[in-house]
Amino acid sequence: MSPEELEQIADAERDRQAKFKHTIKVCVAAGCVSCQSESVKAALEKELDPAQGGQAESGCQVKGVGCMGLCAEGPLVAVGNHTLYQHVAPADAAEIVASLDRERVSRLTCPTDVPFFQKQKKIVLENCGEIDPERIEDYIAAGGYTALMQVLADMSPLQVITEVTRSGLRGRGGAGYPTGLKWSTVSKAVGEKKYIVCNADEGDPGAFMDRSVLESDPHRVLEGMLIAAFAVGASEGYIYVRAEYPLAVKRLRTAIKQAERLGLLGNNICGSRLSFHLELRLGAGAFVCGEETALLASVEGRRGIPRPRPPYPAMEGLFGEPTLINNVETFASIAPIIRNGGEWYAQIGTEKSKGTKVFALAGSINNTGLVEVPMGTTLREMVFEIGGGMAEGRRFKAVQTGGPSGGCLPEQFLDMPVDYESLARAGSIMGSGGMIVMDDSSCMVDVARFFMDFCMGESCGKCVPCRVGTYHMHGILTKITQLNGADYDIAQLDELSDLLKNTSLCGLGQSAPNPVLSTLRYFADEYKAHIEEHRCPAGVCKMGDGNGSGLEPFEAESSVPVAPAGKESTE
Amino acid sequence: MPVSPDLIRPAAPSTDKRWKLVEATMRRMGNNPRGLIESLHTVQEVFGYLDLDALRFVARSLRVPLSRAYGVATFYHFFSLRPPGEHTCVICIGTACYIKGAPQLLAAAKQELGVIPGQTTPDGKVSVLGARCLGSCGLAPAVVYDNDVAGKVTPQGLRERLANWKSHVS
Repeated sequence: MSPEELEQIADAERDRQAKFKHTIKVCVAAGCVSCQSESVKAALEKELDPAQGGQAESGCQVKGVGCMGLCAEGPLVAVGNHTLYQHVAPADAAEIVASLDRERVSRLTCPTDVPFFQKQKKIVLENCGEIDPERIEDYIAAGGYTALMQVLADMSPLQVITEVTRSGLRGRGGAGYPTGLKWSTVSKAVGEKKYIVCNADEGDPGAFMDRSVLESDPHRVLEGMLIAAFAVGASEGYIYVRAEYPLAVKRLRTAIKQAERLGLLGNNICGSRLSFHLELRLGAGAFVCGEETALLASVEGRRGIPRPRPPYPAMEGLFGEPTLINNVETFASIAPIIRNGGEWYAQIGTEKSKGTKVFALAGSINNTGLVEVPMGTTLREMVFEIGGGMAEGRRFKAVQTGGPSGGCLPEQFLDMPVDYESLARAGSIMGSGGMIVMDDSSCMVDVARFFMDFCMGESCGKCVPCRVGTYHMHGILTKITQLNGADYDIAQLDELSDLLKNTSLCGLGQSAPNPVLSTLRYFADEYKAHIEEHRCPAGVCKMGDGNGSGLEPFEAESSVPVAPAGKESTE
Repeated sequence: MPVSPDLIRPAAPSTDKRWKLVEATMRRMGNNPRGLIESLHTVQEVFGYLDLDALRFVARSLRVPLSRAYGVATFYHFFSLRPPGEHTCVICIGTACYIKGAPQLLAAAKQELGVIPGQTTPDGKVSVLGARCLGSCGLAPAVVYDNDVAGKVTPQGLRERLANWKSHVS
């Protein structure tokens, strides 16, 4: 594969697509697939296929594409570049096909001149909803793999790292470590072999950015990893993806095979000295595996238990060799940075947080879905403009960012710009990009208990502060949500929070108190009402009710012992 | 001449053809301990769960102590040590689903079947599971009925579906 050959593939694909007068794009990412978008696609294809009794409307292609963002209104179907249909049923196919050369079907039209679409700036998601994620040709036609070609032909590893450093890109997994610095550390590290690992273990409840990127544009992640491999001198890579995302796994497998076939993965890629082999590893449902050392243990086939750092994975990672670990979204940002230059990327965003960030908007708002905005967009814009305001006209109460490691921010922070520093100052974190909006029907003490329940269940058990601390904090919060709290409970929560923050081994334990601390700070009156007046202002918690709003204790499947030997043989 | 232990391959627990798939995965991973999780994934995929025979076979083939195989199998939520019910109902209890009514769905499932997440009805018909997050937050609250994701589920809808499964004679 040479740059010329790549250009040929791109041209051939563009020619092929130009032959069609119309293009009907059907979302086939998980959100829409779960509302039967695949049968919508089949119905449209049938309508256009004369062999199946459809109209002989030639010059129209039906294409499965990735996430279009507005997941709550699915299945979404786009016709050309200007018409978007929502809640499309298979029965609507005939009407859509019939309308191709005429007026759009107003009954199904989803307005696209609203802030949800206008306020976004798509860099990572630029191809989502545009290209067919299962065809490498479509990605190439959209300019894919040109950044890789550019890097292999004209740049030295140092130049690549300089460009990434200049862009100001920071780790999108949540901690926000400067990507250029990490790459430079790994490139300088000495080892027999170096590895690249892509962290796609998106365990945060309420976050689905990585899944959407992998399902909608898997090649973009591959290209980012290849460029990283060139920059740091790695020869092998792993994508650690959740087994709970079967569609993402399937599309990644397809993408890897296609790239291998075109010689974009393997030995001496495009005639250069770069050799890179990529494999998938499936996670098995452990939140702690999002922590880098735990993730590496899991890739090695062991229990996902973190170890103390240093040594950092950049020096001693997978199989004891220098390893570069980045999040899906970080890798997905690389190709545009190389294509357009670091300066271009650095112009977007705020002084310390550059570029754009993908958020998964969910909760009590009208437009739930996937959005990408420049860093520094305010929470108010996110919730009331892009998010379309509160659902059912309810009152805004809090926005939760960062999942179980983040915090709940009240109304007074609505005008705060969303960037790493501002969020941290307010007591939350950027996290991987989950953003959940809560209305006045949510009890903040119950939400804090919910997150503590999560952290307690996901604690790996290695270090005592996390294992025992989360258990006790959960116990106290449960007591308060049963309206049986005592005055000293708050002091004890404070003390335990401090202990967990400062003495836990890894990020899970260190950040587990965040939801409690932020709710104690901003919703102290709710705790007070629970403890002193034995009432829940939101009406969620009931006296003596086992668990706040009735969530049963979570019995993890795996806590059950295996049947005695010899029993339950597999037929 | 003593045979190198590397050449001794443990025999599959039974003549079931599905073991071939498990063996293929282990071979692909070079019969190396680092292939443990991948191999267990294959076992669970083809048999539906991990039993002691399977753990023993995989552990021996990859030359890891049984304790380690058991440790890994019990550490990760995705692995199940008991056979699943005829039907499975996975209720998402991620944050978005939680604030949109997942607790009511759990209560409805309990009322209908008398089981809590992680349990199977005594007749083996239905397993109820809780998921940390399905990533379908736009559809909250979400439930997966036998691989089909359903969005905006109501307690009433869930009960009807479960009642249907319960009464269905297979």
